Formats: sequence, structure tokens, C-alpha cells
Amino acid sequence: MGTEKYLALTQFYQQYAVAVDQADWDTWLGLFKEDCTYKVQSRENYDRNLPMAALSLKGKGMLKDRIYGITETIFHDPYLQLHMVSSPVVINESKYLIESQANYTVFRTKNDGIAEVYNVGRYLDHLQVSSDGIRIKSRLCIFDNDMILNSMIYPI
Amino acid sequence: MVLGAKEKGKSMNQDNSIPIMPVWDQQDTSRIPFWAYTSDDIHKQELEKLFYKNHWCYVGLEAEIPEVGDFKRTVIGERSVIMVRHSNDKIHVLENVCAHRGMRFCRKKHGNAKSFICPYHQWNYDREGNLRGVPFQRGVKQDGEVKGGMSEDFNTADHSLTKLLVATRGGVVFASFDHDVEPFEDFLGPSMLTYFDRMFNGRKLVLLGYNNQRIPGNWKLMQENIKDPYHPGLLHTWFVTFGLWRADNRSELKMDDHFRHAAMISTRGTGDGSAETTNVSSFKQSMELHDPSFLDVEVEPWWNGPTAVMMTIFPSVILQQQVNSVSTRHIQPNGNGSFDFVWTHFGYEDDTPEMTERRLRQANLFGPAGFVSADDGEVIEFSQEGFEQKPFHRSLAELGGKEIEETDHMLSETLIRGMYDYWRKVMGI
Repeated sequence: MGTEKYLALTQFYQQYAVAVDQADWDTWLGLFKEDCTYKVQSRENYDRNLPMAALSLKGKGMLKDRIYGITETIFHDPYLQLHMVSSPVVINESKYLIESQANYTVFRTKNDGIAEVYNVGRYLDHLQVSSDGIRIKSRLCIFDNDMILNSMIYPI
Repeated sequence: MVLGAKEKGKSMNQDNSIPIMPVWDQQDTSRIPFWAYTSDDIHKQELEKLFYKNHWCYVGLEAEIPEVGDFKRTVIGERSVIMVRHSNDKIHVLENVCAHRGMRFCRKKHGNAKSFICPYHQWNYDREGNLRGVPFQRGVKQDGEVKGGMSEDFNTADHSLTKLLVATRGGVVFASFDHDVEPFEDFLGPSMLTYFDRMFNGRKLVLLGYNNQRIPGNWKLMQENIKDPYHPGLLHTWFVTFGLWRADNRSELKMDDHFRHAAMISTRGTGDGSAETTNVSSFKQSMELHDPSFLDVEVEPWWNGPTAVMMTIFPSVILQQQVNSVSTRHIQPNGNGSFDFVWTHFGYEDDTPEMTERRLRQANLFGPAGFVSADDGEVIEFSQEGFEQKPFHRSLAELGGKEIEETDHMLSETLIRGMYDYWRKVMGI
């Protein structure tokens, strides 16, 4: 992969982090292709080939429903997210497809609280490259935490 | 802890102190003192009286350990145990504490083992928990002399792991530290057994996976959450709007004779809603799913009508059928103010790939990130916060009156009153 493409890839990972940290859900949705999949799954399930996930969304419609859920229907304690995302590792690439992964750490800060390590893991991605830039075909967030700290509202 | 109200001759309501020996200073179980959730001493008593004696506790599904030698580490109350398949038809549950120096030797969550070896001094146990041997039992030979070793009268047969009583039914495994506990079927009682058998009707279960969450609240609040049919139609927008759980659904609330276990049974309504339900603020008339496949429900013959049956088996587990999503939810306390909640989702051996897909899709409603269940963990956390700041106060469970009775509607907190009636008897409070 050329430096320019790798730079664009790195930029994409950071843009994703900015969108979720700012709770900018329109931008977040815009980073996905129409027929995308988005999954947040424990490493336990992933390593044991068990299909269950904390969240398993197929297609942009489901992603939109999730956003409606977190903004309108689910009662929860407000919190901020801060993602630290590592440089991506390219696993495979062709002209229009990139398979890559990157580690992430998410800190959660609640009202009246201090930042705590909320979720750590890695993104395992299939990305599509086109003239519009990079879009997510599938993103699998595999987290190490054995226990989710009570609930998980916002996307990782 | 300050001296109690009794000594001062005042009623608790006028006094901000907590009695040293808790007394139920309320008229009946329609009022529940906050100290029932905040006292560490009460919590320790609960572990002894509810989790370790007289009760069957959930440990897992047979489908989690399909092969001989497969094991799963889990807990009963706060005691670590191992569920292991000894043979095709025999499952043992053993306490994960070495008979020698007390180490919790099993560190893997699951695996396959011929025997269990505590790494500290290599004490070796078979899958029934019997001690097979200890290194240097007969000492070591040095200069023609035997030195060291165990006492003459040391007998491996006296040093097994703690073995639990095991009951399996329909592919679900329960265990008890108490070998004098009544048979599992009597423990459930005939009416609860009927609902248990409806869900676990002999078909082999297929493990779909886990969702684990740590909820900073007292463990009883989760039992109460599933004995409370009042909140789902109010807190859970999804349930109200799509008619999955609403006040005007055909419903029944049932209990065993002791009022400890319960079933909330409901049949999905049309979703258009009467005035009483649509006036609640969580009803969203205009809400339409971009992707209706979240709620692509297929009626299954084994339901025999109800679209949801939520069972609470006291004290350790909740059995969930919400349309096509089925799971066990294991309550694992850690201290009076926190518990781990482990969801095991499964399907049945005769499920088509489409049905498996449907169960997985509907699982998006449940668990720590679920459209419906995420807020249950949240309200439990904030209830505990309220209890901690005001331990001399009490909560109220008066919907449907103050009596304890089965109902043919869901606007009642009778199951919570029933649970505390039983709790008081067993706890001697």
C-alpha cells in the first residue's frame, strides 16, 4: 500500500473516532455503505465461534434504528466517550477493498464523574475504497472486557 | 451503625437510624425497607440462607459441555464452581477450592479435562471430585531413609473437592451445596414446572453465546425487575410501541406456593393501543423502523399461545422467552451493591438457519446493549444509589393492592410482595 493510501486509511480511522466521540451520528452513518454490517462482540464469543453479539446490525436501516434508539427511546445515564485508536494494520488489500484492523480504547466519563476505561478491543474491518473516499462494508468490534460496565448505549 | 429506633422508643419513620438486628418495621411487604439492599450483613445471610442452603441454583446448560470432559467454570452465589461432564449422562458440579491449601485452582472459563490438577502442589482430582493422589505422599528416600510425606493416617478419600447435588431437566443444569434440599421438581412446584417444561421440552439446545454485564446494584433488584410487569410498558418504548409488552395485553401473573418463583405470561397485542397505553410518554405513535426485521416474529408451536413468558427462579436465574428470543440470565452477586448478569442465548436443535438468524436479530433487543434491556441495568443502578443515600427509608410495591395473589392482568406488583413474604420467612426477619 502506498503512503498516500495508508494516510487516507489512518485518517479514516481517526475520523470515525471523532464522529462517535462527538456523538455526530449523521457523520457516523455516512461512514458506512448501505449494505454494511456492524457488530460489537465479546472476544469470548468471537474466539469460540459463537454468533451472539452485544449488538449485531445489518444494513444502514438497522444502524438508523439504533441511532433513533439511543437518542429517543433508551433511558440511560448520559456519558461521554473518548476513543484512542491505534494505527491500522493492513491485512489484505486490492484496488477497491481493504481488510484492516486497529486497536481501540474507549474511556467513559459520566456527569459528576471522572474518566474510566470502559471498553478495549480491536476493530476488524472490510473497507471499500471509491472516488467518494473510504466506506465501511463491515466493522466488527471485538472487545476484551469480560463484563460490560452495566450498559452499552453508543456505538464503539 | 447507630443504635436502633427500638431503644429510643420511636418509630423508624421518624428516626434516621438503622436497627442493629433488622426488624421488618413495615406494615406488610407492600413496603420494602432500603436496608434490605444496603446491608452487608443481610447480604452475607442471604448467601447462606438463599444460595447455599435449601435452594437449587442455576449453573448452566448441558449444551455448554457437550463432550465427555468438557467443563465450565461458573458461580453459585459467590462460590466458584465447576460444571463438568463425566460421561454421556452424568454431570458433576464441584467447588473450585483445592482441598489442600484452598486455592481456586481452575482459572479457565471452559475447557476439556481428564482430571483437575491444582498447580500449587499438584493435587489431582478426577471429574467426580475425588482426590486421586498427592505428590510425595510417602515422602522421599534419602540416604536409605524415608523422609517427610503425609501422616500415616492421611487418606485421600477424606479430601475430595466439595461435591454438589446436581439436577438436570430439559438440558438445564441446577446444583445445590445442600444435600438435603428437596427434589428439583418440588422446588419449582407444579405450576412453575409446567412453564419450565414448555421452554425446555426435551429438544436439544444449541448454544448461541453470551452477553455479560456488571450491574452496580443489589442482586434482588434484578429478580424484582422481572417480577414487575408495571415498568416494561412505561420504561421500554420499544415494548409499548410495538405491543410486545403493554398494559392492555392479555396477561397472567403466577407463582409457586411459596411465592418465591414466578412467571409473567403475556400475549402480544396489536400495537395500535387504547388511550391508557398511548397516553404514556414512552409511546411513540410515529415511530417506524427503518428495518422491520428486528421484529420479524415467527410464531412457534411450543409457545402454546403466549408470546412472552418471563420466569424468575429464586434466587439465581431468569428464564426468558420474548417472542423468538430465548435465554437464561444468571444472577451472580458480588457484595450487596453489585452483581454480574450473564445471559446465555440458545436455540433448539430443529431450528432452521432462518430461525437461528431471527433469534440472533431479536437478541438486539436484549442484553447490556439491548433496545429494551439496556435501561433495566441503568434503573437498577440508580435505585441502588437512592437506597444508599437514604437507608432508613423504604420503597413501595402497592400496585394491585397489598395482598399476594395470582392475577389475570399485569397491573400488579403482587410478585414482588410475594417474593419478600418468602424472603422474610427464610431470613427470619
